Amino acid sequence: MREITYLEAVREAMSQEMRENKDVFILGEDIGVYGGAFGVTRGMIEEFGEERVRNTPISESAIAGTAIGAALTGMRPILELQFSDFITISMDQIVNQAAKLRYMYGGKGKVPMVLRTPAGSGTGAAAQHSQSLEAWMTHIPGLKVVQPSTAYDAKGLLKAAMDDDNPVIFYEHKLLYKTKGDVPEKQYSIPLGKADVKREGTDVTIVATAIMVHKALEAAVELEKEGISVEVVDPRTLVPLDTETIIESVKKTSRLVVVHEAVKRGGYGGEIASVIAESDAFDYLDAPIKRLGGKAVPIPYNPKLEKAAVPQVPDIIEAVKETLNKRIATHA
Amino acid sequence: MIKTVKLPPQITEEKLVNLFKEMWLIRFFDEKVDEFFAKGMIHGTTHLCVGQEASASGACAVLEDRDKITSTHRGHGHCIAKGAEVNRMMAELFGRTTGYCKGKGGSMHIADVDKGNLGANGIVGGGIPLAVGAGLTSKMKEEGYVVLCFFGDGASNEGSFHEAINLASIWDLPVVFICENNQYGMSGPVKEMVNVENIADRAAAYGIPGKVVDGNDIIDVMNEVNEAVERARNGKGPSIIEAKTYRWKGHSKSDAKKYRTREEEKEWREKDPIGRLRKLLIDEGILTEEKADQLKQEAKKEVEDSVEFAKKSPEPSIDTLMEDIYA
Ligand SMILES: Cc1ncc(C[n+]2csc(CCOP(=O)(O)OP(=O)(O)O)c2C)c(N)n1
Ligand SMILES: [Mg+2]
Repeated sequence: MREITYLEAVREAMSQEMRENKDVFILGEDIGVYGGAFGVTRGMIEEFGEERVRNTPISESAIAGTAIGAALTGMRPILELQFSDFITISMDQIVNQAAKLRYMYGGKGKVPMVLRTPAGSGTGAAAQHSQSLEAWMTHIPGLKVVQPSTAYDAKGLLKAAMDDDNPVIFYEHKLLYKTKGDVPEKQYSIPLGKADVKREGTDVTIVATAIMVHKALEAAVELEKEGISVEVVDPRTLVPLDTETIIESVKKTSRLVVVHEAVKRGGYGGEIASVIAESDAFDYLDAPIKRLGGKAVPIPYNPKLEKAAVPQVPDIIEAVKETLNKRIATHA
Repeated sequence: MIKTVKLPPQITEEKLVNLFKEMWLIRFFDEKVDEFFAKGMIHGTTHLCVGQEASASGACAVLEDRDKITSTHRGHGHCIAKGAEVNRMMAELFGRTTGYCKGKGGSMHIADVDKGNLGANGIVGGGIPLAVGAGLTSKMKEEGYVVLCFFGDGASNEGSFHEAINLASIWDLPVVFICENNQYGMSGPVKEMVNVENIADRAAAYGIPGKVVDGNDIIDVMNEVNEAVERARNGKGPSIIEAKTYRWKGHSKSDAKKYRTREEEKEWREKDPIGRLRKLLIDEGILTEEKADQLKQEAKKEVEDSVEFAKKSPEPSIDTLMEDIYA
């Protein structure tokens, strides 16, 4: 099959949809000739023109609200928010408007839009350009939240997000943009709410999101050398969450490590751990659930500190070993 | 005494000469940073103010030491103009403990609070309300200082700009809003992103003075900013000053500059703010060519020394990661 990058997969998904559906358009800062801060929309204004690739002023509240208003009245906008940190400025429109309008109106109206935005650290852009705030979005009823980890998933999930009649927050990880994978040329859809087992294993389950999927896979390769068999589950969408796949995996391995880049405190890993704690998989656990996440600190600039602020492969290896060495006392 | 131009009374000939050197310092600093990024020697990103030295130096020149500024992502010039040491700035870019933020902030977050620089900002428009808050402190504690708030043309489309200026205007706060209109945001041309001729025209909406200055003419910048600062200090409230200028380099480290032409860049390079001050100083007999070149070389040397300082400075230890989160 053809290999393309994650970035190209996102662009291709948008371009194909825009060729099919006149109601789909994209708006955002510097998405025209500049091609967006990360180059995702490069070439799109040349193909689709300024009407459908709309360069906006630096006005995150207004552009989010405009996308929502357009969605409510028949368009299907894609909003590119230059860095996911700037969602703070769009927050009222997303949280108090987009997420709630349909419900408040008693089931009238809908907001079919996708807000695409790059998240994560690792680029040295420091505290205001490196956050992973997806857990905030998952807390809001009415929003869907997607976090692809591969080029293949990015294309298929974005198609599903564009087809969805609800506001979808689509997180792209900056460090994944250049990663490559096999991606079919034709359009395809990966349903929102379907996890993917990225690697099968029997001793321990790692549920990982976004870039941590890759780190978990690297850790799994290392651990295999020591005879430890790791299963890596990528939820791919946080809302809706495929609880079944996670529960089944934990029933099989009896051990769970959850890892995400976002700050651990209040992070989505707590939700995943709770899903297991509240399910019948709980009885299968042979060790306490282990959560790994970013330290509760703003992302620092210095590259060594920046790395130390979020989980790395050795941290995952250590967490797996810790889980394997621990036993839940049985009060027989 | 300078004969051909009017100057604010506190700007002596000696001060003008210092400003000339300071502008070179800003330029060499950013040229050096540009070189390091191109070579991959510095991590992260940076926004350079080469070509915009007159607005930074001119605006800060009329301030008193106790006055404060808020800066932007393109903040190295503001920082130097408010009295920062280039050694500690360069060390910050190298992520070292001797940097202004102990290596935790980098280019977009340099703050020098002791000198009244409340910090650069990674959020476009993020500093504008902070300036208003600092103005409120000055007023409530009767401290007499004025706050100079730098922001870009692009930032003037953020809600924070409109909300903050309205607030400053109704409370008559001592804030001077300086828009450095360098014609573009990251790529968005101001002509397409704003529906008025001048950003300063927006002042009318808040019932405050709005003036346009030639941002590449340090004399013009100083005169107008000085008037606005005096007005603010005398309790008459805020103003907007728009300095029309141009950034010579790309927006940040990676920019193919497809949104503008090479001819336009050339035209603006001819309006070099440093060259203009140099000419004035020589025409007025304040500097000889030799002396002007000597000052330029001194500035260059200071920047080179800052690189040595930064390279010799220690990296932060991992133990410092969790320090300074809470007061
Ligand atoms: C809230 C927010 N939106 C977008 C950005 C990305 N960004 C950084 S600088 C910039 C352009 C700012 O333009 P302007 O205010 O004119 O300042 P200039 O870069 O021209 O100095 C943009 C869009 C950001 N940092 N913060
Ligand atoms: Mg600008």
